[in-house]
Amino acid sequence: MSAMVGSGGYAKAAPDNGTMMQSAAEHKGCRTAAKTAQAGCGSRTSQGDLPSEIWEKVKKHPCYSEEAHHHYARMHVAVAPACNIQCNYCNRKYDCANESRPGVVSEKLTPEQAVRKVLVVATAIPQMTVLGIAGPGDALANPAKTFKTFELVAKAAPDIKLCLSTNGLALPDHIDTIVRSRIDHVTITINAIDPEIGAKIYPWIFFSHKRYTGIDAARILTDRQLQGLEMLSERGILCKVNSVMIPHINDQHLVEVNKAVKARGAFLHNIMPLISAPEHGTVFGLNGQRGPSAQELKTLQDACEGKMNMMRHCRQCRADAVGLIGEDRSAEFSTDQIMKMGVKYDLATRKAYQDRVEDERAVSVVALQQELTQFAAETSAIKVLVAVATKGAGLINEHFGHAKEFQVYELSTSGAKFIGHRRVDVYCQDGYGEEDRLSTIIRGIHDCHAVFVAKIGGCPKSNLIKAGIEPVDQYAHEFIEKSTIVWFRSYLDKVKSGDVQHEERGDAAIRQGALISAA
Amino acid sequence: MPFKIIASQCTSCSACEPLCPNVAISEKGGSFVIEATKCTECIGHFDEPQCVAACPVDNTCVIDTSLPRYQAPA
Repeated sequence: MSAMVGSGGYAKAAPDNGTMMQSAAEHKGCRTAAKTAQAGCGSRTSQGDLPSEIWEKVKKHPCYSEEAHHHYARMHVAVAPACNIQCNYCNRKYDCANESRPGVVSEKLTPEQAVRKVLVVATAIPQMTVLGIAGPGDALANPAKTFKTFELVAKAAPDIKLCLSTNGLALPDHIDTIVRSRIDHVTITINAIDPEIGAKIYPWIFFSHKRYTGIDAARILTDRQLQGLEMLSERGILCKVNSVMIPHINDQHLVEVNKAVKARGAFLHNIMPLISAPEHGTVFGLNGQRGPSAQELKTLQDACEGKMNMMRHCRQCRADAVGLIGEDRSAEFSTDQIMKMGVKYDLATRKAYQDRVEDERAVSVVALQQELTQFAAETSAIKVLVAVATKGAGLINEHFGHAKEFQVYELSTSGAKFIGHRRVDVYCQDGYGEEDRLSTIIRGIHDCHAVFVAKIGGCPKSNLIKAGIEPVDQYAHEFIEKSTIVWFRSYLDKVKSGDVQHEERGDAAIRQGALISAA
Repeated sequence: MPFKIIASQCTSCSACEPLCPNVAISEKGGSFVIEATKCTECIGHFDEPQCVAACPVDNTCVIDTSLPRYQAPA
Protein backbone atom coordinates (compact mmCIF):
# COMPACT_ATOMS: atom_id res chain seq x y z
CA MET A 1 0.00 0.00 0.00
CA SER A 2 1.34 3.40 0.88
CA ALA A 3 4.45 1.70 2.12
CA MET A 4 5.18 0.40 -1.34
CA VAL A 5 4.01 3.39 -3.33
CA GLY A 6 6.22 5.57 -1.23
CA SER A 7 9.24 3.46 -1.83
CA GLY A 8 10.19 5.09 -5.11
CA GLY A 9 12.66 2.99 -7.00
CA TYR A 10 11.76 -0.10 -5.08
CA ALA A 11 8.03 0.04 -5.77
CA LYS A 12 8.47 -1.89 -9.00
CA ALA A 13 10.29 -4.66 -7.24
CA ALA A 14 7.78 -4.97 -4.45
CA PRO A 15 5.48 -7.90 -5.00
CA ASP A 16 1.83 -7.05 -5.26
CA ASN A 17 0.22 -10.33 -4.38
CA GLY A 18 0.15 -11.91 -0.96
CA THR A 19 -2.03 -9.99 1.41
CA MET A 20 -0.01 -11.15 4.36
CA MET A 21 3.06 -9.42 3.11
CA GLN A 22 1.09 -6.25 2.51
CA SER A 23 -0.33 -6.26 5.97
CA ALA A 24 3.10 -6.96 7.38
CA ALA A 25 4.46 -3.93 5.62
CA GLU A 26 1.55 -1.66 6.39
CA HIS A 27 1.33 -1.50 10.13
CA LYS A 28 3.85 0.88 11.51
CA GLY A 29 4.38 3.05 14.51
CA CYS A 30 5.11 0.01 16.57
CA ARG A 31 5.21 0.47 20.31
CA THR A 32 4.01 4.02 20.03
CA ALA A 33 1.84 5.57 22.67
CA ALA A 34 0.33 2.72 24.56
CA LYS A 35 -2.44 4.94 25.83
CA THR A 36 -3.74 5.44 22.31
CA ALA A 37 -4.20 1.68 22.19
CA GLN A 38 -1.71 1.16 19.37
CA ALA A 39 0.56 -1.08 21.31
CA GLY A 40 0.56 -3.88 18.77
CA CYS A 41 3.07 -4.68 16.07
CA GLY A 42 4.58 -7.83 17.36
CA SER A 43 5.93 -6.06 20.36
CA ARG A 44 3.15 -6.31 22.91
CA THR A 45 0.90 -8.92 24.42
CA SER A 46 -2.16 -7.51 22.81
CA GLN A 47 -2.61 -8.25 19.17
CA GLY A 48 -3.00 -4.53 18.50
CA ASP A 49 -3.22 -3.76 14.80
CA LEU A 50 -1.57 -7.00 13.70
CA PRO A 51 -3.60 -9.21 11.38
CA SER A 52 -4.57 -12.44 13.14
CA GLU A 53 -2.55 -14.73 10.90
CA ILE A 54 0.63 -12.76 11.63
CA TRP A 55 -0.15 -12.49 15.35
CA GLU A 56 -0.50 -16.26 15.51
CA LYS A 57 2.97 -16.60 14.03
CA VAL A 58 4.74 -14.13 16.29
CA LYS A 59 2.98 -14.27 19.63
CA LYS A 60 5.14 -17.09 20.97
CA HIS A 61 8.30 -16.25 19.03
CA PRO A 62 10.76 -14.58 21.38
CA CYS A 63 12.75 -13.00 18.56
CA TYR A 64 9.82 -11.63 16.61
CA SER A 65 7.87 -10.34 19.61
CA GLU A 66 9.58 -8.23 22.25
CA GLU A 67 6.85 -9.05 24.73
CA ALA A 68 7.08 -12.80 24.04
CA HIS A 69 10.80 -12.77 24.76
CA HIS A 70 10.14 -12.27 28.46
CA HIS A 71 8.16 -15.54 28.52
CA TYR A 72 9.24 -17.89 25.74
CA ALA A 73 12.55 -19.52 24.99
CA ARG A 74 14.31 -20.46 21.77
CA MET A 75 17.10 -22.77 20.83
CA HIS A 76 19.61 -22.96 18.02
CA VAL A 77 21.18 -26.17 16.80
CA ALA A 78 24.64 -25.89 15.31
CA VAL A 79 24.20 -28.17 12.30
CA ALA A 80 25.44 -25.68 9.69
CA PRO A 81 29.18 -25.13 10.05
CA ALA A 82 30.02 -24.11 6.47
CA CYS A 83 29.71 -20.56 5.22
CA ASN A 84 29.73 -19.13 1.71
CA ILE A 85 30.87 -15.60 2.45
CA GLN A 86 33.49 -13.92 4.61
CA CYS A 87 32.54 -10.97 6.83
CA ASN A 88 35.06 -8.64 8.42
CA TYR A 89 33.35 -8.95 11.81
CA CYS A 90 33.49 -12.73 11.88
CA ASN A 91 36.27 -15.10 12.83
CA ARG A 92 35.15 -18.69 12.84
CA LYS A 93 38.30 -20.02 14.48
CA TYR A 94 37.45 -18.60 17.86
CA ASP A 95 35.43 -21.02 19.93
CA CYS A 96 34.86 -20.59 23.61
CA ALA A 97 32.05 -21.73 25.87
CA ASN A 98 32.30 -18.48 27.81
CA GLU A 99 31.63 -16.29 24.87
CA SER A 100 28.28 -15.43 23.47
CA ARG A 101 28.16 -13.94 20.00
CA PRO A 102 27.04 -15.08 16.54
CA GLY A 103 29.25 -17.53 14.68
CA VAL A 104 30.55 -19.04 17.89
CA VAL A 105 29.64 -22.57 18.88
CA SER A 106 31.13 -25.23 21.11
CA GLU A 107 30.35 -28.33 19.07
CA LYS A 108 28.63 -29.01 15.79
CA LEU A 109 25.81 -31.51 15.60
CA THR A 110 24.52 -33.98 13.05
CA PRO A 111 20.81 -33.66 12.18
CA GLU A 112 20.10 -36.74 14.30
CA GLN A 113 21.92 -35.32 17.33
CA ALA A 114 20.11 -32.04 16.77
CA VAL A 115 16.67 -33.68 16.99
CA ARG A 116 17.68 -35.44 20.19
CA LYS A 117 18.78 -32.10 21.60
CA VAL A 118 15.51 -30.42 20.59
CA LEU A 119 13.49 -33.12 22.37
CA VAL A 120 15.66 -32.97 25.49
CA VAL A 121 15.37 -29.20 25.67
CA ALA A 122 11.62 -29.28 24.94
CA THR A 123 11.30 -31.64 27.91
CA ALA A 124 13.45 -29.53 30.25
CA ILE A 125 12.15 -26.12 29.12
CA PRO A 126 8.45 -26.42 28.18
CA GLN A 127 8.28 -22.75 27.15
CA MET A 128 10.84 -23.41 24.40
CA THR A 129 8.74 -22.70 21.31
CA VAL A 130 11.20 -21.97 18.52
CA LEU A 131 14.00 -23.90 16.88
CA GLY A 132 16.38 -21.88 14.77
CA ILE A 133 19.29 -22.84 12.58
CA ALA A 134 21.71 -19.97 12.49
CA GLY A 135 25.05 -21.47 11.76
CA PRO A 136 27.71 -21.31 13.09
CA GLY A 137 28.24 -20.82 9.34
CA ASP A 138 25.25 -20.12 7.11
CA ALA A 139 22.11 -22.27 7.32
CA LEU A 140 21.70 -22.31 3.52
CA ALA A 141 25.35 -23.02 2.79
CA ASN A 142 24.61 -26.41 4.40
CA PRO A 143 21.22 -27.10 2.80
CA ALA A 144 21.27 -30.88 3.21
CA LYS A 145 21.97 -30.76 6.97
CA THR A 146 19.67 -27.80 7.59
CA PHE A 147 16.61 -29.18 5.82
CA LYS A 148 17.16 -32.70 7.12
CA THR A 149 17.14 -31.31 10.66
CA PHE A 150 13.94 -29.37 10.04
CA GLU A 151 12.29 -32.43 8.51
CA LEU A 152 13.17 -34.61 11.51
CA VAL A 153 12.12 -31.99 14.06
CA ALA A 154 8.80 -31.29 12.32
CA LYS A 155 8.01 -34.98 12.61
CA ALA A 156 9.18 -35.44 16.21
CA ALA A 157 8.00 -32.14 17.74
CA PRO A 158 5.23 -30.67 15.59
CA ASP A 159 4.42 -27.74 17.91
CA ILE A 160 7.85 -26.17 17.61
CA LYS A 161 8.18 -23.29 15.18
CA LEU A 162 10.99 -23.53 12.65
CA CYS A 163 13.18 -20.61 11.89
CA LEU A 164 16.36 -20.03 9.92
CA SER A 165 18.94 -17.35 9.57
CA THR A 166 21.02 -16.71 6.46
CA ASN A 167 23.28 -14.19 4.77
CA GLY A 168 20.95 -14.51 1.77
CA LEU A 169 23.51 -15.50 -0.88
CA ALA A 170 21.95 -18.93 -1.44
CA LEU A 171 18.43 -17.89 -0.47
CA PRO A 172 16.79 -17.60 -3.92
CA ASP A 173 17.78 -21.23 -4.66
CA HIS A 174 15.96 -22.62 -1.63
CA ILE A 175 12.66 -20.74 -1.49
CA ASP A 176 10.51 -23.72 -2.45
CA THR A 177 12.23 -25.99 0.07
CA ILE A 178 11.72 -23.38 2.79
CA VAL A 179 8.00 -23.23 2.00
CA ARG A 180 7.76 -27.02 1.84
CA SER A 181 9.60 -27.40 5.17
CA ARG A 182 6.97 -25.20 6.85
CA ILE A 183 9.56 -22.71 8.02
CA ASP A 184 7.63 -19.77 9.46
CA HIS A 185 10.36 -17.23 9.88
CA VAL A 186 13.51 -16.36 7.97
CA THR A 187 16.13 -13.86 9.05
CA ILE A 188 18.42 -12.33 6.44
CA THR A 189 21.48 -10.36 7.47
CA ILE A 190 21.73 -7.32 5.20
CA ASN A 191 24.41 -4.81 6.14
CA ALA A 192 24.39 -2.74 2.96
CA ILE A 193 22.51 -2.28 -0.29
CA ASP A 194 25.25 -0.19 -1.86
CA PRO A 195 28.01 -2.49 -3.17
CA GLU A 196 30.66 0.17 -2.48
CA ILE A 197 29.77 -0.04 1.21
CA GLY A 198 29.27 -3.80 1.09
CA ALA A 199 32.81 -4.23 -0.22
CA LYS A 200 34.13 -2.71 3.02
CA ILE A 201 32.27 -5.36 5.03
CA TYR A 202 32.61 -8.50 2.88
CA PRO A 203 36.09 -9.34 1.55
CA TRP A 204 34.78 -12.23 -0.56
CA ILE A 205 31.91 -14.53 -1.41
CA PHE A 206 31.86 -18.03 -2.88
CA PHE A 207 29.15 -18.19 -5.52
CA SER A 208 28.49 -20.60 -8.36
CA HIS A 209 31.85 -22.34 -7.97
CA LYS A 210 33.86 -19.13 -7.92
CA ARG A 211 35.32 -16.81 -5.35
CA TYR A 212 34.37 -13.19 -5.99
CA THR A 213 35.98 -10.24 -4.22
CA GLY A 214 35.46 -6.50 -3.86
CA ILE A 215 32.50 -4.71 -5.39
CA ASP A 216 31.59 -7.67 -7.61
CA ALA A 217 31.16 -9.82 -4.53
CA ALA A 218 29.11 -7.21 -2.69
CA ARG A 219 26.88 -6.60 -5.71
CA ILE A 220 26.05 -10.28 -6.16
CA LEU A 221 25.35 -10.64 -2.45
CA THR A 222 23.08 -7.58 -2.28
CA ASP A 223 21.12 -8.64 -5.37
CA ARG A 224 20.60 -12.14 -4.04
CA GLN A 225 19.59 -10.90 -0.57
CA LEU A 226 16.96 -8.50 -1.88
CA GLN A 227 15.70 -11.03 -4.42
CA GLY A 228 15.38 -13.66 -1.70
CA LEU A 229 13.52 -11.25 0.59
CA GLU A 230 11.03 -10.43 -2.18
CA MET A 231 10.46 -14.10 -2.97
CA LEU A 232 9.80 -14.95 0.69
CA SER A 233 7.46 -11.99 1.15
CA GLU A 234 5.47 -13.08 -1.91
CA ARG A 235 4.97 -16.45 -0.25
CA GLY A 236 3.85 -14.99 3.06
CA ILE A 237 6.88 -16.04 5.08
CA LEU A 238 7.73 -13.55 7.80
CA CYS A 239 11.15 -12.04 7.29
CA LYS A 240 13.34 -10.27 9.76
CA VAL A 241 16.34 -8.34 8.52
CA ASN A 242 19.42 -8.16 10.72
CA SER A 243 21.95 -5.39 10.17
CA VAL A 244 25.21 -4.86 11.98
CA MET A 245 25.82 -1.19 12.74
CA ILE A 246 29.45 -0.36 11.94
CA PRO A 247 30.32 3.26 12.75
CA HIS A 248 31.70 5.25 9.77
CA ILE A 249 31.08 2.33 7.40
CA ASN A 250 27.34 1.67 7.22
CA ASP A 251 25.79 3.59 10.14
CA GLN A 252 24.22 6.35 8.02
CA HIS A 253 23.52 3.93 5.19
CA LEU A 254 21.35 1.64 7.35
CA VAL A 255 18.49 4.14 7.05
CA GLU A 256 18.54 3.37 3.29
CA VAL A 257 18.75 -0.35 4.00
CA ASN A 258 15.74 0.03 6.27
CA LYS A 259 13.70 1.65 3.48
CA ALA A 260 14.76 -0.97 0.94
CA VAL A 261 13.85 -3.96 3.09
CA LYS A 262 10.59 -2.43 4.22
CA ALA A 263 9.63 -1.89 0.58
CA ARG A 264 10.24 -5.57 -0.03
CA GLY A 265 7.96 -6.66 2.78
CA ALA A 266 10.33 -7.29 5.68
CA PHE A 267 8.36 -7.61 8.91
CA LEU A 268 10.99 -6.53 11.39
CA HIS A 269 14.38 -4.80 11.27
CA ASN A 270 17.01 -5.65 13.85
CA ILE A 271 19.92 -3.21 13.94
CA MET A 272 22.64 -4.65 16.16
CA PRO A 273 25.85 -3.05 17.40
CA LEU A 274 29.12 -4.32 15.93
CA ILE A 275 30.89 -6.57 18.42
CA SER A 276 34.56 -5.89 17.91
CA ALA A 277 37.57 -6.54 20.09
CA PRO A 278 41.15 -7.41 19.10
CA GLU A 279 40.98 -10.74 20.96
CA HIS A 280 38.18 -11.93 18.64
CA GLY A 281 40.74 -11.97 15.83
CA THR A 282 38.33 -10.46 13.29
CA VAL A 283 39.47 -7.98 10.63
CA PHE A 284 37.47 -5.22 12.32
CA GLY A 285 38.71 -6.24 15.77
CA LEU A 286 42.34 -6.20 14.66
CA ASN A 287 42.20 -2.92 12.75
CA GLY A 288 40.59 -1.08 15.65
CA GLN A 289 37.13 -0.62 14.13
CA ARG A 290 34.95 0.38 17.08
CA GLY A 291 31.35 -0.54 17.77
CA PRO A 292 28.65 2.10 18.38
CA SER A 293 27.79 3.55 21.80
CA ALA A 294 24.40 2.86 23.34
CA GLN A 295 23.08 6.27 22.32
CA GLU A 296 24.40 6.03 18.75
CA LEU A 297 22.58 2.72 18.38
CA LYS A 298 19.37 4.06 19.91
CA THR A 299 19.43 7.18 17.71
CA LEU A 300 19.68 5.03 14.57
CA GLN A 301 16.97 2.64 15.77
CA ASP A 302 14.72 5.59 16.60
CA ALA A 303 15.34 7.07 13.14
CA CYS A 304 14.22 3.84 11.48
CA GLU A 305 11.26 3.26 13.77
CA GLY A 306 7.97 4.65 12.60
CA LYS A 307 8.95 3.43 9.15
CA MET A 308 8.84 -0.18 10.31
CA ASN A 309 9.01 -2.40 13.40
CA MET A 310 12.39 -2.37 15.05
CA MET A 311 13.71 -5.24 17.10
CA ARG A 312 15.60 -4.01 20.12
CA HIS A 313 15.76 -7.09 22.28
CA CYS A 314 18.30 -9.07 20.25
CA ARG A 315 21.14 -10.49 22.36
CA GLN A 316 23.27 -11.46 19.34
CA CYS A 317 23.27 -15.02 20.57
CA ARG A 318 25.41 -18.02 19.78
CA ALA A 319 24.60 -20.52 17.06
CA ASP A 320 23.93 -23.06 19.83
CA ALA A 321 22.11 -20.81 22.31
CA VAL A 322 19.38 -22.34 24.47
CA GLY A 323 16.88 -20.65 26.75
CA LEU A 324 15.13 -17.34 27.20
CA ILE A 325 16.78 -14.70 25.05
CA GLY A 326 18.39 -13.00 28.05
CA GLU A 327 19.98 -16.21 29.25
CA ASP A 328 22.15 -18.85 27.64
CA ARG A 329 21.82 -22.37 28.95
CA SER A 330 23.76 -23.98 26.10
CA ALA A 331 26.36 -25.31 28.53
CA GLU A 332 23.72 -27.51 30.19
CA PHE A 333 22.95 -29.28 26.92
CA SER A 334 26.26 -30.52 25.56
CA THR A 335 26.14 -33.61 23.33
CA ASP A 336 27.33 -35.78 26.21
CA GLN A 337 24.61 -34.39 28.43
CA ILE A 338 21.77 -34.76 25.94
CA MET A 339 22.57 -38.39 25.42
CA LYS A 340 22.13 -38.95 29.16
CA MET A 341 19.10 -36.73 29.71
CA GLY A 342 15.58 -38.10 29.48
CA VAL A 343 13.05 -37.24 26.79
CA LYS A 344 9.43 -36.86 27.77
CA TYR A 345 8.14 -34.79 24.93
CA ASP A 346 4.46 -34.46 25.53
CA LEU A 347 2.29 -32.06 23.55
CA ALA A 348 -0.42 -31.84 26.21
CA THR A 349 1.99 -30.97 29.03
CA ARG A 350 3.70 -28.38 26.87
CA LYS A 351 0.38 -26.83 25.93
CA ALA A 352 -0.79 -26.72 29.56
CA TYR A 353 2.44 -25.02 30.59
CA GLN A 354 2.21 -22.49 27.78
CA ASP A 355 -1.41 -21.75 28.64
CA ARG A 356 -0.23 -20.79 32.12
CA VAL A 357 2.37 -18.52 30.57
CA GLU A 358 -0.37 -16.88 28.50
CA ASP A 359 -2.38 -16.25 31.68
CA GLU A 360 0.68 -14.61 33.25
CA ARG A 361 1.11 -12.41 30.21
CA ALA A 362 -2.51 -11.32 30.34
CA VAL A 363 -2.25 -10.32 34.02
CA SER A 364 0.83 -8.23 33.32
CA VAL A 365 -0.96 -6.40 30.50
CA VAL A 366 -4.00 -5.63 32.65
CA ALA A 367 -1.71 -4.23 35.36
CA LEU A 368 0.00 -2.03 32.84
CA GLN A 369 -3.22 -0.77 31.30
CA GLN A 370 -4.54 0.21 34.72
CA GLU A 371 -1.41 2.17 35.46
CA LEU A 372 -1.46 3.89 32.10
CA THR A 373 -4.99 5.19 32.57
CA GLN A 374 -3.53 7.31 35.37
CA PHE A 375 -1.50 9.13 32.75
CA ALA A 376 -4.50 9.74 30.53
CA ALA A 377 -4.68 13.48 31.09
CA GLU A 378 -0.99 14.08 31.52
CA THR A 379 1.67 14.90 29.01
CA SER A 380 5.26 15.81 29.66
CA ALA A 381 8.25 16.24 27.37
CA ILE A 382 10.42 14.45 29.91
CA LYS A 383 11.72 11.01 28.91
CA VAL A 384 14.06 8.99 31.06
CA LEU A 385 15.79 5.63 30.68
CA VAL A 386 15.77 3.08 33.48
CA ALA A 387 17.60 -0.23 33.80
CA VAL A 388 15.86 -3.35 35.12
CA ALA A 389 17.32 -6.57 36.56
CA THR A 390 15.05 -9.43 35.51
CA LYS A 391 15.11 -13.19 35.11
CA GLY A 392 12.05 -13.11 32.85
CA ALA A 393 8.25 -13.31 33.07
CA GLY A 394 8.13 -9.50 32.86
CA LEU A 395 9.04 -9.13 36.55
CA ILE A 396 11.69 -7.24 38.49
CA ASN A 397 13.03 -10.45 39.95
CA GLU A 398 16.83 -10.43 39.77
CA HIS A 399 19.36 -9.24 42.35
CA PHE A 400 21.68 -6.45 41.24
CA GLY A 401 24.71 -8.60 41.99
CA HIS A 402 23.46 -11.57 39.96
CA ALA A 403 22.35 -9.74 36.83
CA LYS A 404 24.09 -10.78 33.61
CA GLU A 405 22.32 -7.98 31.84
CA PHE A 406 19.99 -5.07 32.47
CA GLN A 407 16.94 -4.41 30.34
CA VAL A 408 16.50 -0.76 29.48
CA TYR A 409 13.12 0.98 29.27
CA GLU A 410 12.35 4.47 28.07
CA LEU A 411 9.70 6.05 30.29
CA SER A 412 7.44 8.85 29.13
CA THR A 413 3.84 9.80 29.68
CA SER A 414 3.09 7.44 26.76
CA GLY A 415 4.24 4.48 28.83
CA ALA A 416 7.25 2.26 29.29
CA LYS A 417 8.96 1.25 26.07
CA PHE A 418 11.59 -1.47 25.95
CA ILE A 419 14.58 -0.06 24.07
CA GLY A 420 17.32 -2.59 24.64
CA HIS A 421 19.56 -4.35 27.08
CA ARG A 422 23.06 -3.96 28.44
CA ARG A 423 25.14 -7.02 29.01
CA VAL A 424 27.42 -6.86 32.05
CA ASP A 425 29.78 -9.08 33.97
CA VAL A 426 28.04 -10.42 37.05
CA TYR A 427 28.95 -8.13 39.96
CA CYS A 428 28.68 -10.66 42.73
CA GLN A 429 31.01 -13.69 42.60
CA ASP A 430 31.00 -16.16 45.47
CA GLY A 431 29.18 -13.69 47.66
CA TYR A 432 31.66 -10.85 47.15
CA GLY A 433 31.26 -7.82 44.95
CA GLU A 434 34.06 -6.77 42.60
CA GLU A 435 34.75 -3.06 42.40
CA ASP A 436 36.13 -3.18 38.83
CA ARG A 437 33.00 -4.85 37.68
CA LEU A 438 30.84 -2.29 39.41
CA SER A 439 32.42 0.55 37.46
CA THR A 440 31.92 -1.42 34.22
CA ILE A 441 28.26 -1.93 35.11
CA ILE A 442 27.87 1.76 35.85
CA ARG A 443 29.41 2.64 32.46
CA GLY A 444 26.99 0.20 30.82
CA ILE A 445 23.88 1.84 32.29
CA HIS A 446 25.28 5.34 32.56
CA ASP A 447 22.44 6.79 30.47
CA CYS A 448 19.82 5.54 32.96
CA HIS A 449 18.24 7.59 35.73
CA ALA A 450 17.45 4.54 37.90
CA VAL A 451 18.07 0.83 38.16
CA PHE A 452 15.26 -1.47 39.33
CA VAL A 453 16.32 -4.58 41.20
CA ALA A 454 14.84 -7.26 43.45
CA LYS A 455 17.64 -6.70 45.96
CA ILE A 456 20.90 -4.77 46.22
CA GLY A 457 23.72 -4.54 48.74
CA GLY A 458 24.76 -1.39 50.58
CA CYS A 459 28.06 -0.82 48.79
CA PRO A 460 26.89 -0.92 45.18
CA LYS A 461 23.87 1.12 46.28
CA SER A 462 25.96 4.04 47.49
CA ASN A 463 28.24 3.89 44.44
CA LEU A 464 25.25 3.98 42.11
CA ILE A 465 23.85 6.99 43.94
CA LYS A 466 27.24 8.69 43.62
CA ALA A 467 27.11 8.03 39.87
CA GLY A 468 23.68 9.65 39.73
CA ILE A 469 21.75 6.40 39.18
CA GLU A 470 18.96 5.79 41.69
CA PRO A 471 18.82 2.17 42.91
CA VAL A 472 15.16 1.16 43.28
CA ASP A 473 14.37 -2.04 45.20
CA GLN A 474 10.87 -1.33 46.46
CA TYR A 475 9.17 -3.04 43.48
CA ALA A 476 10.82 -6.43 43.99
CA HIS A 477 8.98 -9.23 42.15
CA GLU A 478 6.44 -6.85 40.63
CA PHE A 479 5.70 -6.20 36.94
CA ILE A 480 8.39 -4.20 35.16
CA GLU A 481 6.23 -1.88 33.12
CA LYS A 482 3.70 -1.14 35.82
CA SER A 483 6.38 -0.50 38.47
CA THR A 484 8.56 1.69 36.30
CA ILE A 485 5.54 3.81 35.38
CA VAL A 486 4.54 4.22 39.03
CA TRP A 487 8.12 5.29 39.75
CA PHE A 488 8.13 7.65 36.75
CA ARG A 489 4.91 9.30 37.91
CA SER A 490 6.41 10.07 41.28
CA TYR A 491 9.57 11.28 39.52
CA LEU A 492 7.48 13.72 37.45
CA ASP A 493 5.71 14.87 40.60
CA LYS A 494 9.05 15.54 42.28
CA VAL A 495 10.24 17.50 39.24
CA LYS A 496 7.00 19.50 39.27
CA SER A 497 7.28 20.31 42.96
CA GLY A 498 10.91 21.28 42.56
CA ASP A 499 12.26 18.48 44.81
CA VAL A 500 14.22 17.06 41.89
CA GLN A 501 15.95 18.88 39.07
CA HIS A 502 15.51 16.86 35.85
CA GLU A 503 18.80 16.46 34.05
CA GLU A 504 19.69 14.58 30.88
CA ARG A 505 22.05 11.64 31.42
CA GLY A 506 25.12 10.95 29.28
CA ASP A 507 25.91 8.06 26.96
CA ALA A 508 26.62 4.45 27.88
CA ALA A 509 29.09 1.87 26.63
CA ILE A 510 28.07 -1.35 24.88
CA ARG A 511 30.05 -4.25 26.28
CA GLN A 512 32.42 -5.73 23.66
CA GLY A 513 34.37 -8.48 25.32
CA ALA A 514 33.58 -12.11 25.92
CA LEU A 515 31.50 -13.04 28.93
CA ILE A 516 34.00 -13.70 31.67
CA SER A 517 31.78 -15.93 33.74
CA ALA A 518 30.04 -18.86 32.09
CA ALA A 519 26.51 -17.85 31.27
CA MET B 1 49.76 -31.87 -8.10
CA PRO B 2 47.24 -32.56 -5.37
CA PHE B 3 46.13 -30.18 -2.65
CA LYS B 4 46.37 -30.87 1.05
CA ILE B 5 44.68 -29.30 4.06
CA ILE B 6 46.84 -27.95 6.85
CA ALA B 7 45.13 -29.58 9.82
CA SER B 8 46.18 -27.01 12.41
CA GLN B 9 44.40 -24.28 10.44
CA CYS B 10 41.31 -26.24 9.44
CA THR B 11 38.20 -25.02 11.32
CA SER B 12 36.42 -28.22 10.32
CA CYS B 13 33.60 -26.15 8.82
CA SER B 14 33.02 -28.73 6.06
CA ALA B 15 32.55 -26.09 3.33
CA CYS B 16 35.03 -27.84 1.02
CA GLU B 17 33.67 -31.37 1.37
CA PRO B 18 30.54 -31.26 -0.84
CA LEU B 19 32.25 -29.02 -3.41
CA CYS B 20 35.00 -31.44 -4.41
CA PRO B 21 34.20 -32.84 -7.87
CA ASN B 22 36.30 -35.92 -7.13
CA VAL B 23 34.79 -36.69 -3.72
CA ALA B 24 38.34 -36.61 -2.38
CA ILE B 25 37.61 -34.76 0.86
CA SER B 26 36.46 -36.33 4.11
CA GLU B 27 36.55 -35.66 7.84
CA LYS B 28 39.24 -37.40 9.85
CA GLY B 29 40.12 -36.79 13.47
CA GLY B 30 38.47 -33.40 13.83
CA SER B 31 39.69 -31.86 10.58
CA PHE B 32 39.24 -32.49 6.89
CA VAL B 33 41.69 -34.29 4.64
CA ILE B 34 42.17 -34.56 0.88
CA GLU B 35 42.90 -37.95 -0.60
CA ALA B 36 45.94 -37.16 -2.74
CA THR B 37 45.31 -39.83 -5.36
CA LYS B 38 41.85 -38.45 -6.12
CA CYS B 39 42.66 -34.73 -6.26
CA THR B 40 42.85 -33.21 -9.75
CA GLU B 41 43.02 -29.57 -8.59
CA CYS B 42 39.59 -29.28 -10.21
CA ILE B 43 41.21 -29.12 -13.66
CA GLY B 44 38.55 -29.94 -16.20
CA HIS B 45 35.79 -29.25 -13.69
CA PHE B 46 36.08 -25.65 -12.56
CA ASP B 47 38.18 -22.54 -13.15
CA GLU B 48 39.62 -22.62 -9.66
CA PRO B 49 40.21 -25.30 -7.03
CA GLN B 50 36.94 -25.42 -5.10
CA CYS B 51 38.44 -26.18 -1.70
CA VAL B 52 40.76 -23.20 -1.97
CA ALA B 53 37.99 -20.85 -3.11
CA ALA B 54 35.55 -21.85 -0.37
CA CYS B 55 37.96 -22.21 2.57
CA PRO B 56 37.44 -19.49 5.22
CA VAL B 57 41.08 -19.58 6.33
CA ASP B 58 43.60 -18.37 3.75
CA ASN B 59 46.53 -20.68 2.91
CA THR B 60 44.91 -23.73 4.46
CA CYS B 61 44.23 -25.70 1.26
CA VAL B 62 47.67 -25.70 -0.37
CA ILE B 63 49.66 -27.67 -2.92
CA ASP B 64 51.31 -30.58 -1.14
CA THR B 65 54.98 -29.97 -1.82
CA SER B 66 56.12 -32.82 0.42
CA LEU B 67 55.41 -35.33 -2.31
CA PRO B 68 58.52 -36.98 -3.82
CA ARG B 69 58.01 -35.28 -7.17
CA TYR B 70 58.59 -31.86 -5.56
CA GLN B 71 61.79 -32.88 -3.86
CA ALA B 72 65.08 -31.89 -5.46
CA PRO B 73 66.65 -34.92 -7.17
CA ALA B 74 69.29 -36.51 -5.01
